[in-house]
Amino acid sequence: MSTTFSRGSFIRLTSALGAGLALGVQMPARATPEAAADAGFAPNVWVRVAPDESVTIYVSKAEMGQGVATGFCTLASEELDVPLDRVNYVFAPVSKAYADPIFGDITTGGSTSMLSFFLPLRKAGATARAMLVQAAAAGWGVAPGECTTANGVVTHAASQRHATYGSLTAAAAALPVPADVALKDPGAFTLIGKKSVQRVDVPAKVNGTAKFGIDVNVPEMVYASVEKPPVFGGTVASFDASAAKKVHGVLDVVQISSGVAVVATNTWAAKQGREALKVAWHDGPNANLSSEELFADARALVPRAKLTGSKGNVAAVTGRTLHATYQGPFLAHATMEPVNATAHVRADGVDVWAPTQVASRCQSSAMRISGLPADRCSVHTTLLGGGFGRKLEVDAVEDALEVSKAVGKPVKVTYTREDDVQHDFYRPSSVNVVSGTLGDAGNLVSLVHTVVAPSISRRWLPVLYKDGIDPLALDGVANVAYAVPNTEVRYAEQERGIPVGFMRAPAANFNTFATESFMDELAHAAGKDPVAFRLALLSHDPRATGVLQAVAAKAAYGKQMPAGRAQGIALGLWGGSYGALVADVSLQDKNVKVHHVTIAVDCGTVVNPDIVQTQVSGAVLYGLAMARTGKITIKNGRVEQHNFYDYTVLRHDDAPRVDVTIVASSAKPTGIGELGVPPIAPAIGNAVFKLNGKRIRTLPFSDALA
Amino acid sequence: MILHINGAEHPVDVPSDMPLLWVIRDVVGFTGTKFGCGVAQCGACTVHLDGHAIRSCITPVADAAGKHVTTIEGLSPDSSHPLQKAWISQQVPQCGYCQSGQIMQAASLLAHTPKPSDAQIAETMNGNICRCGCYSRIADAIRVAANEGANA
Repeated sequence: MSTTFSRGSFIRLTSALGAGLALGVQMPARATPEAAADAGFAPNVWVRVAPDESVTIYVSKAEMGQGVATGFCTLASEELDVPLDRVNYVFAPVSKAYADPIFGDITTGGSTSMLSFFLPLRKAGATARAMLVQAAAAGWGVAPGECTTANGVVTHAASQRHATYGSLTAAAAALPVPADVALKDPGAFTLIGKKSVQRVDVPAKVNGTAKFGIDVNVPEMVYASVEKPPVFGGTVASFDASAAKKVHGVLDVVQISSGVAVVATNTWAAKQGREALKVAWHDGPNANLSSEELFADARALVPRAKLTGSKGNVAAVTGRTLHATYQGPFLAHATMEPVNATAHVRADGVDVWAPTQVASRCQSSAMRISGLPADRCSVHTTLLGGGFGRKLEVDAVEDALEVSKAVGKPVKVTYTREDDVQHDFYRPSSVNVVSGTLGDAGNLVSLVHTVVAPSISRRWLPVLYKDGIDPLALDGVANVAYAVPNTEVRYAEQERGIPVGFMRAPAANFNTFATESFMDELAHAAGKDPVAFRLALLSHDPRATGVLQAVAAKAAYGKQMPAGRAQGIALGLWGGSYGALVADVSLQDKNVKVHHVTIAVDCGTVVNPDIVQTQVSGAVLYGLAMARTGKITIKNGRVEQHNFYDYTVLRHDDAPRVDVTIVASSAKPTGIGELGVPPIAPAIGNAVFKLNGKRIRTLPFSDALA
Repeated sequence: MILHINGAEHPVDVPSDMPLLWVIRDVVGFTGTKFGCGVAQCGACTVHLDGHAIRSCITPVADAAGKHVTTIEGLSPDSSHPLQKAWISQQVPQCGYCQSGQIMQAASLLAHTPKPSDAQIAETMNGNICRCGCYSRIADAIRVAANEGANA
């Protein structure tokens, strides 16, 4: 999966940033220094063919389970005509040559990778193929057009001659790189869209050889654990390291920007040292902050929300008006791999090894902390044990850089699970106030929606944050599919010092709970079927209509359910894709039990149908965990939860099967890593209403049903 | 202290209360076993001690003395354990971080219960968290491996 902006947001992002950021993907004629130094033929920065017939694909995106390494390898290999089992992948270094056209740097987020690289990676593979063919044809004295390729071999059928790619690398490398090459017709695809294509990263993930950030081991490396202020905004007043330094294995104790680091010969010793460390804190202005105060404050901000968009004239509308207020908590990402990073700061250079979604930002941190230029600051991206947006942050990278600078050795910083839960950049808490007016025929004639939430852009992407308005906070509200004739959207920022960040389908993961629960409230008030009520507002949008109709048919929405069970339905958008979901729900132990989920998705051209299945299914379950029991609460300015025993996530026995239907589409490939999150919570809420007549407007369900 | 890990002896000089997990990872250097929570809540650190699945993050290294530790690296020499093959055929992993622990937990289950029921699978695997949500494929892969064992 990946996390950041919806497609609507990209348009705002790119228009906000102008052409300066929206770089085209460059295809230099010469490969990177790394690639050029290796043997073989590298006609561009993405593909290298070696004399031993192996093919290497450079992946400029973070692999965090979403399958992007397989995606990149598939796209290039499709056009190159090599079997995937001959293809290796390596993560690309930080270089403008690999910049993402949406972000302008090396960033993985927003379910954008296939959208950005569907054509560039195919073109890279096709270019290499064309040059290998040209090399073979020249050697044989025949026209390149008479040659064919398959399985890494060029064939001239008329003369029955064959040449393997490996045997052609030297000749191909001497040729000029063609500016334009033809791409395959989709009908000729043998890898793209084929269900039989297996992931390239799976074999290493079943035998312990897959290397995640936490597994990095470099010579002379030491291990650090950082004690951070328990209250957000707090600082170190003083510390006493005498007891910590007596712990077996502890080497040093150093103060850094984020707290006090204990450096040791292994992770355990560093943690033991922390327990012996005595730190006095300045708690700062948030010392008495609580979740209750934050939610009261958020509701008080509603009248001060600023208008961010409108259509028609809501003031002129008459009819029956419904009002509702929804509320959602802060959430922690809780990736299975706790946040970590390794860094080595030397006088003449820096190396960072990190499970990161933002290699470019890691490089910037290394430059700032070391004072060295970009060409001296290398970032080595590892596999990520989950990302979900958490690894769009560089906190652990900066910790590792600062500690390494202080102790003069390579340092690995590993967060404990408690650090991970208590020092996250949280999914913002939010209050949504919605009103809708039904006309005489029970049709929706106006919708007014106010979002109150902290801003992520203010810190992470300030160029988007203008006049107190964060457009990214409005995903799932400002860009719903429904055509409602009169609308207003407002936003009020709540800035109270709790760090917030992107989490799988940011903003939409809560806003969609409000919009889609409220759609059901309106349909019920109008006495209409929830599917028919929605379809009446979607006649302009065949793709939204398509997924809603597909899921209603597949789940037989509206069928007679067993006693105590009900179906709820919801529509969600993310990353340019469409998803509609039906949840089969009962009430058990003062919470919801989801028995089965059916979801229909339209994500345009499908690169790998099995990965679409797993990503959509995984996102639905991630969203279910968020909605079912997920909450981070604040008391006395600090997080009350610690670990998986009090920040509970989904386990095996609570995970329903998710039946994914892909609606065929020839549109460009769009996101699938986050799409499953937004519609699950409202679908459950809509089912609960059928079960007990209670409209749940506050998450998680475990609180609302307690 | 001498540790027996994956069939080889590893002398280690560590405090007796140091969790086995960190000895395996940071001292001996087998990094396939993962840290997830430190309090036996997530199962990422699961290894076998004399053939039984344990949480190495809360197991003092002293408890492993004189016993045989098996990590994911030692489950088979060539990814040929029926569960590893099933994990590939069912395309189970997404991020992959929890999968060493999932496979080791499942291997212990199948070693003692060759044909587990769905309820036994759910009960045994409930201590192993997967944030990517691979649960249904994990159960599928365990059933596939169990059937292969039954047919062998």
